[in-house]
Amino acid sequence: MNAKDVLGRAGEQAAVSYLEGCGFRILDRNWRSADGEIDIVAVERHTLVVCEVKTRTGTRFGTPLDAVGRAKQARLRRLAAQWLAAHGIRFDQIRIDVLGLLRDGADGFTIDHVRGVG
Amino acid sequence: MPLARAFSVALVGVRGHLIEVEADIANGLPATILVGLPDTALREARDRIRAAIVNSGESWPNSKITVGLSPAALPKRGSGFDLAIAVAILAADDSLPLTAPVGKMFLAELGLDGRLRPVPGVLPAVVAAEPDSDTVVVAAQNAAEAALVPGVRVVAASTLAEVIMWLRGGPPPTPPAPQAPPDAPAPALAMAKKLDLSEVLGQVEARMAVEICAAGGHHLSLLGPPGAGKTMLAERLPTILPRLEGTAAIEVTSIHSVAEALKPGEGLVTVPPFCAPHHTSSKAAIVGGGSGLIRPGAASLAHRGILFLDEAPEFSRDVLDALRQPLESGEVAIARATAQARFPARFTLVLAANPCPCARTAMPGGSGCRCSPAARRRYLGRLSGPLMDRVDVKVVLQPVSRRDMLYDREFAESSAVVAERVAAARERSAARLAGTPWRLNAEVPGAQLRRAFHPQAGSMKPLERVMELGQVSARGADKIIRVAWSLADLAGRDRPGVDEVGLAIGLWLGVAQ
Repeated sequence: MNAKDVLGRAGEQAAVSYLEGCGFRILDRNWRSADGEIDIVAVERHTLVVCEVKTRTGTRFGTPLDAVGRAKQARLRRLAAQWLAAHGIRFDQIRIDVLGLLRDGADGFTIDHVRGVG
Repeated sequence: MPLARAFSVALVGVRGHLIEVEADIANGLPATILVGLPDTALREARDRIRAAIVNSGESWPNSKITVGLSPAALPKRGSGFDLAIAVAILAADDSLPLTAPVGKMFLAELGLDGRLRPVPGVLPAVVAAEPDSDTVVVAAQNAAEAALVPGVRVVAASTLAEVIMWLRGGPPPTPPAPQAPPDAPAPALAMAKKLDLSEVLGQVEARMAVEICAAGGHHLSLLGPPGAGKTMLAERLPTILPRLEGTAAIEVTSIHSVAEALKPGEGLVTVPPFCAPHHTSSKAAIVGGGSGLIRPGAASLAHRGILFLDEAPEFSRDVLDALRQPLESGEVAIARATAQARFPARFTLVLAANPCPCARTAMPGGSGCRCSPAARRRYLGRLSGPLMDRVDVKVVLQPVSRRDMLYDREFAESSAVVAERVAAARERSAARLAGTPWRLNAEVPGAQLRRAFHPQAGSMKPLERVMELGQVSARGADKIIRVAWSLADLAGRDRPGVDEVGLAIGLWLGVAQ
C-alpha cells in the first residue's frame, strides 16, 4: 500500500472513533458505486450523515478542508442518494459532513468537523 | 464576533456613494463569496485579499466567508474596496477589535504582498465620505489628494500590516516622506507659464476677441489660413483666465482624478485646463463613455477651462454634434444599462478652421487655391448650423504681413495685462450676478437675461434690425446680448449701449473687422 493510502486508512479509522465518541452510529464504510466512494455512512439521532474524510500531514498544499470543492460536494450528494436507493431505507433528514484530519505527532490527528456542507 | 463592518466609496461618474462592506464568517467549508454587484476586478479581490492578509502575517479564517457590499443594487467597480474588505474580514475573525473600523473610510488596492496601492478618484470619494467618516485611510501615494478635502483626518499607510497595527491601537502609520516628483516639471503648468498673448503679433481683432471670450466665458471660432495664429491664440487663452478657486478647483481636480489625469504629487488643479483632442477622436473620447466603467471625456476634462478643436471641420460630424448638449447644459449625462453618470462639462469652446481644404485661399496675392466654391462650402458645412449657432464670437483671421508684425510689436499687450482686465470684468459680472447660481455672462439663461438685465434704452435697435432680416436666430439674439454685457464689463460700463450691441452683432455674424 502507498504511504498516502496508509495515511488515509489511519485517518478514516480515527474519524470513525471520533464519530462514535460523538454518539454517531456507523452504518457503512467505504461504500462504492460507479460514481465514487462514500468514506463513512452514519446516523446521528434521526439524520443520515454521509461523511467525507480528508487526511493530510501538513497544510503546505492547503488545509484538508480546502480539498473539498464544489465538484466533490456535488458528488457526495449524488452518492448519498445512490446509497439510500441501494439500501431501500428512508430518512427524514440527510446531511453531508466533512472531517478534515491533520496529523500531529506520531499517530494523533487534529480533527476539524464541519457539519452540513451542502 | 463573526460579523464586522467597514466603509468604502463607489464612484458613479464623479459622484461618490458610501458603501458598507460587511464580512460574515460562518461555519462551512472554506470559501469566500462576494455579493453586491461586483465587476471582474472586484471579484478578483478575493484572491488578492487572501494573499495580502496571509503575507502580512495574519491568519486567513478557515471557514465560509461572505462579503456583502451594500447598497447591493449599485454596480461596484475596480479595486478600491480591497482594503475595506480585508479590514472587515479581519475584524469578523476577531483579529481586529470590532469597533476599530467604525467611522473610518478605507480606499486602497492591495498588492499580493500586502502593500497599499493608489486608486483613481480619491478626491471625489473623500468628498462623498466626509459627512459620515472623520478618518480616511488611503495609500501613501493618494495622501496628498485626500488631504485636499478640509475637515477629514487622512491616514496614509504603505502596507496592510501598518493599518492592522494602527487599528489594534498602535501608533498611526508614518509613510516615508513623499518622494520628490521626478525632475521633469509638470508640462502643462510650465507651458502655461511660458506662453504669452503678446507673442501673437498682428492679430489685433483676434486678440480682442480672445479677451472678450475670457471675460464672459463665450465660445469662439477662429477661421483663417494656416500660420495666421489660430492655434497660438487658443493655447494662450488659459494664460489670461483667472485661476480656479474653491469648489471650481475641487470639481476640476475630481474629474481629472477620476480620469487618472492628475500628475503624482500635483495638488489642487488651479490652472484652467486646456484640452485639445485630436480630430480623429471618437465620440466617447470627447463627451465621455466607455463600456463598464464610465470615464469622462475631453469635454469634461476641459471643465472650467478651454476645449480647443483644431481643424474643426475634420472632426466627424457625430462628434461635433454630440457637443451640443454639454454646450447648452454644462454637463454630460451618460446613461448605461446599469448606471447613469453625470460629468460637469462647462467649458469654453474654441474652434479653429481653415477657410477651405487646401487652405491657400488667403495667401498673399489671393491666388493658389484650387478648391471649387462647392468644395469650400462642403468643407465649412461640416460645422453644422446648430453648432455654429452656439458659438458667440466668430473671428476671421487674415494672414499677417511682416509690416503688421513689426508695427504690432509695440502694442501687443502681455497676458498679465490682459488677465487683469479680464479679472476686473469678471468681478463686475460676478457682482451683478451675486445671489444667482451663475458667475459668467455666458451662463445666464436667456429668459433671466431678458427679465433681470436691461441694456440702455434704444441700444437694441441694431439687434432688432438683423433679427427682422433673418440673420440672427432667437438663440443668437440671446448670445449677442450676453457678449454685449461682456463688452460693457470690459469697458467698465454699467450697461451695454448701442456700440456694445453693434460690436456683439458683428462678432456673432463673424464680420467685425
